[in-house]
Amino acid sequence: MATPQETGPDAPQETGARARHGAGARDALSATGVTVRDAGPGDAVAGVMPRWVALPESTEEVAALMRVSAGHDLAVVPAGGGTRLHWGTPPERCDLLIDTCCLNEILEHASGDLVVRVQAGVTMDALAEALAAQNQELALDVPLAGSTVGGTLATAAAGPRRLRYGTARDLLIGLTVVLADGTVARSGGKVVKNVAGYDLGKLFTGSYGTLGIITEAVFRLHPIPRARHWVTAVLPSAPPAALSAGPSTSPGAVAAALAASQAEPSAVELDWLAPAGTFTVSALVEGVAAESRAGAVRDLLAGAAEAVPDVTGGGEAPGWWGVTPGEDVLLELRVPPSGVDGALRAIAARGLPARVRGSLASAVLQIALPPESAGTEPTELAKLPEIPEIPQLAEVAEVAAFVSGLRGDVAPLGGRLTVLTAPPELARLVDLWGPVGALPLMRRVKERFDPDRRMSPGRMAGGI
Amino acid sequence: MTETLDELARGLAGVLPPGAVITDPVRLRTYECDGLTHHRAVPGIVVLPESAEQIAAVVRLCNEYGVPFVARGAGTGLSGGALPRADGVLVVTAKMRRILQVDLADRRAVVEPGVTNLAITEAVREHGYYYAPDPSSQQVCTIGGNVAENSGGAHCLKYGFTVNHVLALEIVTPDGDIVTLDADDPGYDLLGAFVGSEGTLGITTKVTVRLSRAPETVTTLLAAFGSIEQGGQAVSAIIGAGVVPAAIEMMDALAIAAAEAAVACGYPAGAGAVLIVELDGPAAEVAHQFAEVERICRDNGAFELRTAAGPQERAAVWKGRRSAFAAVGRISPAYIVQDGVVPRTALPDVLASIDRLSAEYGIRVANVFHAGDGNLHPLVLFDDAEPGAEERAGLVSGRILDLCVEHGGSITGEHGVGVDKSRYMPKMFTDDDLDTMQLVRCAFDPRGLSNPGKVFPTPRLCGEVPGVRRGVHPLVESGRAEQF
Repeated sequence: MATPQETGPDAPQETGARARHGAGARDALSATGVTVRDAGPGDAVAGVMPRWVALPESTEEVAALMRVSAGHDLAVVPAGGGTRLHWGTPPERCDLLIDTCCLNEILEHASGDLVVRVQAGVTMDALAEALAAQNQELALDVPLAGSTVGGTLATAAAGPRRLRYGTARDLLIGLTVVLADGTVARSGGKVVKNVAGYDLGKLFTGSYGTLGIITEAVFRLHPIPRARHWVTAVLPSAPPAALSAGPSTSPGAVAAALAASQAEPSAVELDWLAPAGTFTVSALVEGVAAESRAGAVRDLLAGAAEAVPDVTGGGEAPGWWGVTPGEDVLLELRVPPSGVDGALRAIAARGLPARVRGSLASAVLQIALPPESAGTEPTELAKLPEIPEIPQLAEVAEVAAFVSGLRGDVAPLGGRLTVLTAPPELARLVDLWGPVGALPLMRRVKERFDPDRRMSPGRMAGGI
Repeated sequence: MTETLDELARGLAGVLPPGAVITDPVRLRTYECDGLTHHRAVPGIVVLPESAEQIAAVVRLCNEYGVPFVARGAGTGLSGGALPRADGVLVVTAKMRRILQVDLADRRAVVEPGVTNLAITEAVREHGYYYAPDPSSQQVCTIGGNVAENSGGAHCLKYGFTVNHVLALEIVTPDGDIVTLDADDPGYDLLGAFVGSEGTLGITTKVTVRLSRAPETVTTLLAAFGSIEQGGQAVSAIIGAGVVPAAIEMMDALAIAAAEAAVACGYPAGAGAVLIVELDGPAAEVAHQFAEVERICRDNGAFELRTAAGPQERAAVWKGRRSAFAAVGRISPAYIVQDGVVPRTALPDVLASIDRLSAEYGIRVANVFHAGDGNLHPLVLFDDAEPGAEERAGLVSGRILDLCVEHGGSITGEHGVGVDKSRYMPKMFTDDDLDTMQLVRCAFDPRGLSNPGKVFPTPRLCGEVPGVRRGVHPLVESGRAEQF
């Protein structure tokens, strides 16, 4: 068992005992027949360098690797596209990175049943492309290009259309996992309607690799809508006071009206540069009659907007649509829908330049500090103001104060704030996850699934 | 009553209001089964708590005496999930039926577990909202039971199940703690894992549900076909055309005959199958879809199409379908309601196989199903006065589940595993799969007191967790990390 001194980003040296075991473990890993290489600088997990990287091609190969890992007490972290490997808390230790890139087969697309079975390393983009050939889609928006199926599930990532279709947990109908001891377990199946046994898929969604390794998933699919229209409007800029003064034009009020609208938008998104920028709100309408329904949405938005809302069809989303607002410090704010305006006021009152973007009607918003354009082209509607300098370390304390302050502000609204990713300096100053009521139960689940704490130890809330 | 139960009953009386502990054998007998009446057990003790705190006190006392407990809502379940234990306590939530909060701005309601499914919709209907999951027992079944079973209903094809509409739960854990599971919590989706766990992970004491906006338009279409094959082809074509109806239901000739005898639903004469297709959503969208569905039905041989214009006509169309389970009582002295799922594309194969089974065993099978999601409800008919008939019906029923599993489906789509199907679980899952599910059980309920004997085929002991760190985490001890 590792002692604390050997773990962590700034103490990579090994004890004599572990070094002695190292060669044996490496040989045993190679003996599985799976490609294993030494880790390089690009393989770090939230700053922690693994010793080796394995590239399995099947569930059975993952199981073989896990059995060896169990025998040699290796800590294992699974990785997909690496788009969120720096998210979460750094692992306490990491010997083996299991790169799922070669688990890249779409195993079965039963288009008549609107179901797909896919290996965990398939990228969401590749999956979308294959499904589109049959005019179907997995109605789960992916904020980061290159994300894999496994990584999307493990981080419970979702995008704008969560309003209409739910998130990964709502679309996942079957899962295959490999546990810490090499056990292969399946739950769910290939049919949408199924209540046989516990739904392990739910448990693994958002598990950050701490329960086991996702190797296969089965999703329910949707037909690709025949038309998509976006309606985008700029609401008056809002110093904190104005938000409370003019409630009918506030983002929260507009979102509530859109959510209740019989035009049934699939998504209602916000883009805002705090503290004083204008609010850009965009709604997506999907379906055969999308054009006429978009007209209804435009009329609804016109009452609140500064200018006539813009309607775009033919797949033309605003440039910022579904794009993560930043990479350096990224927070996620969840609040009951009626608390959105209060939360936005609280963000503005904190004074920091923060880019706020996300699902307004579902009241799940991402906040990036410092704001950056995140690869988007400013559109006519959403001109991005000057991007401030990236804060230096001296400003980390300020960011920490923002996080803990805002967390306190939104708590009375029923809201919660999670730090998705942050530099290690910030992670030392604030709890990334915030209070989690069910933490004792989560710990008990972890203890049963991974009693030796070898699966991504410490990556999740509460040191799980 | 055993000495232990006797002592426990006295303890329970001390933590519950007067009259909330039932030990009278005659009154206990009224709780001996749920909707699956051939499994019966008179509970040792019945309690009628009025709050989460009281349930927690009951559970803690059960722990103290090592006595198992079973939660029960309205007792409408069809898999024996709420079958009591003769050596245990039945926790009945009938007195916890307050709607605590309706919050239209947040599109949610907070209710106690004994509130009926339909009561939620009734509380918000005038504001244009409803609670989406609609199991056919929705007038009486409770939301607590819906959570335990992850109930669906005819409209889950488009809108999903209970698990997709519950935002938070307050539960009493099997060791008596009151914990909130929230969809917005980071980490493991314990809320999602708890829903559908059939009472084996604890007792629900408060439910926050999502309220959905009532759709602008609802159109219901009844299509009559010469044969079940034609109806099945129409279903595939509708889905293939990219239409997602709110519901697609199918009944075969025998089920139609039963419904006709029971409620005179007036379905087209001579139909080998009827299809009920319900479309809802924005008016412009529904108009397009309706035209498409109508065309597809005609192309696939529908000889009569009826459209229900208003709520009354819609109710008339649904009347036959909703009455189907009870209606077969008119044409058969006894019957088994089966619940299995197959991939939609396997429906024709599986229905043909069911026909063969029916002929082979001389047992009639009436088919009623949620065709859109491949959820079969074969009604296996038999005469319980005829020697051997019940056994043959049981065999046919079991063989139908085999067919479902062979075709990549499930042994239950919505009725749950309960006591009824636990023995079929190994057909669908390996020992490793079941052992892994058991890890969840052991995390929540290491002593196995919460609804034991349900879901899983063989009871297992959990044992201590090997190698678990007790005390302070080394990173915390060394000051390198804090636990929050």
